[in-house]
Amino acid sequence: MGQIKLNQVTKSFGDVQVIPPLDLTIEDGEFTVFVGPSGCGKSTLLRLIAGLEDITSGHIDIDGSDATNVPPAKRGLAMVFQSYALYPHMSVRKNIAFPMKMAGVPEDEQKRRIDAAAKALNLTDYIDRKPGQLSGGQRQRVAIGRAIVREPSAFLFDEPLSNLDAALRVGMRLEISELHKRLATTMIYVTHDQVEAMTMADKIVVLRAGFIEQVGSPLELYHTPRNEFVAGFIGSPKMNLIKGTEAQKHGAATIGIRPEHTDVSKTEGMWKGRVGVAEHLGSDTFIHVHDTGLETGPDDLFTVRITGDIQAKHGDDIYLTPQLDKLHKFDAQGLRVD
Amino acid sequence: MATQHSRSAARIMMAPAVVLLLGWMLIPLIMTLIFSFKKYLPMRGGDLGWVGFENYVRFVSSSAFWPSVSATLIIVGGVLAITIVFGILLAILLNQPMWGQGVVRILVIAPFFVMPTVSALVWKNMFMDPTNGLFAHLWRFFGAEPVSWLSEASLPSIVLIVSWQWLPFATLILLTAIQSLDSEQLEAAEMDGAPPLKRFAFITLPHLSRAVTIVLLIQTIFLLAIFAEIFVTTGGAFGTRTLTYLIFQRVLESQNIGLGSAGGVYAIILANIVAIFLMRIVGKNLDA
Repeated sequence: MGQIKLNQVTKSFGDVQVIPPLDLTIEDGEFTVFVGPSGCGKSTLLRLIAGLEDITSGHIDIDGSDATNVPPAKRGLAMVFQSYALYPHMSVRKNIAFPMKMAGVPEDEQKRRIDAAAKALNLTDYIDRKPGQLSGGQRQRVAIGRAIVREPSAFLFDEPLSNLDAALRVGMRLEISELHKRLATTMIYVTHDQVEAMTMADKIVVLRAGFIEQVGSPLELYHTPRNEFVAGFIGSPKMNLIKGTEAQKHGAATIGIRPEHTDVSKTEGMWKGRVGVAEHLGSDTFIHVHDTGLETGPDDLFTVRITGDIQAKHGDDIYLTPQLDKLHKFDAQGLRVD
Repeated sequence: MATQHSRSAARIMMAPAVVLLLGWMLIPLIMTLIFSFKKYLPMRGGDLGWVGFENYVRFVSSSAFWPSVSATLIIVGGVLAITIVFGILLAILLNQPMWGQGVVRILVIAPFFVMPTVSALVWKNMFMDPTNGLFAHLWRFFGAEPVSWLSEASLPSIVLIVSWQWLPFATLILLTAIQSLDSEQLEAAEMDGAPPLKRFAFITLPHLSRAVTIVLLIQTIFLLAIFAEIFVTTGGAFGTRTLTYLIFQRVLESQNIGLGSAGGVYAIILANIVAIFLMRIVGKNLDA
């Protein structure tokens, strides 16, 4: 069990309201990702759920009972911190045993759970080492192990992969997803990396300045972003947002077209531009196109993504044609119009 | 960077300091060793020649020796215990956000800046004086007989005075150590279900162990040599004669430099035994 319900939750630090009244329901067994730019309040929201911060007003229900004033340890949630927060003077075994020791779990049960967690997380060989002797990925796994053995009703992850290098991050991402499939426990995961959000989540919550911009599955967010912010935030490379006359032709204040939904030709097309930087990834090519005359922003840059390789040199003329059925339209307030 | 040339230049430039420090340490040490094998009575005939180990035997067999060793150990041990226990408590207190934190921190550090002689005199005359002291007034206010602290409870009184001086030092070191504790560790422990006292025992205290060993080491070195506090309060009477004080008495009051020097060599040996023990503990703690 692990349904978490936030009801008109707010949080203020002094006079500054970081979380305006917010409603959110996280269903049992769901992998929910809070994503947003830094300072959007996603970590604060997670800490409110954990109970490490007191909420200013509103209610938090966990499994149908009011947990607003329940201390963190009694909420049945386990948290994995950004810095892992391992206890440096304890061995891996003792680190993992700590929450059970505090809860008074019998010795043989402790041992059984530690062995199971160590086996599941490939920690058996390091079980008697201190955290200082482990690599970043191993520490990460110890932190997860410490959370697993508590058998919590939900896991909370606070940017757990941000201290790892890129290759390791991809690996750990898979391991955490795998773990979720196996345990089928509610997980709430905070990240600023939209790739992590897209790949791992059942449900993404996009936050900006404490407000929920949109809640939905990764593909819902990708295909039907509710507003310009979500449109720009989800997807990599970012969606091209075009204002001005070109948008008015489509009856909108702003139109958005994703880099992968633009056809490129060297001879003819709807818009003409000049190739800036072409990034060749082998499987894809990202071309940053200048001087399109489209009002895409202060630097007037338009990004396209082509599968495969294309011969495009700096300064070449290039023609772009958007796939009109994949066009996103937004009104003057930045909201989606269909 | 570290070329042959720059390394030899560095050596030449360090040489004056090294030579000066070596001389500063070695000359008194060698003189003490030489005097300790001589019968040397400045007012009663001066240098009376070599006597072998006679001074060493006399110093140890004197009835004042073992009491002075125990007084030294009681004072060092007592002060260490008090400063570390209260140092940890004060450091935790000062680490809490509170109004006027800056001023309070300076006030807590203040005793460390008071000269030992001055602070001992202040304690002796303002607090512990049996007729005019603050404690005497307090005792009389409750209808009790004032205690003449420095004669009836001389060792505890000296421990109190010295602790008061060294508490700021311990607090300062421990406070910086507490501030370096990762707050996420405490939060993790809180989520893991550890109540405040267990968080202290399992997270904060182990984190402080290094700082505590450093405080132990540094304080021990200085506490073995306390002198002024005893000189201006009891003058070595009432069982407060430490090894340092005994050496002082042998040299200046009995005018027996040979005997005092032998005592000095014993003190060096004692200090080194303590230092070896402490270095081992520190070494073990600094490894982890």
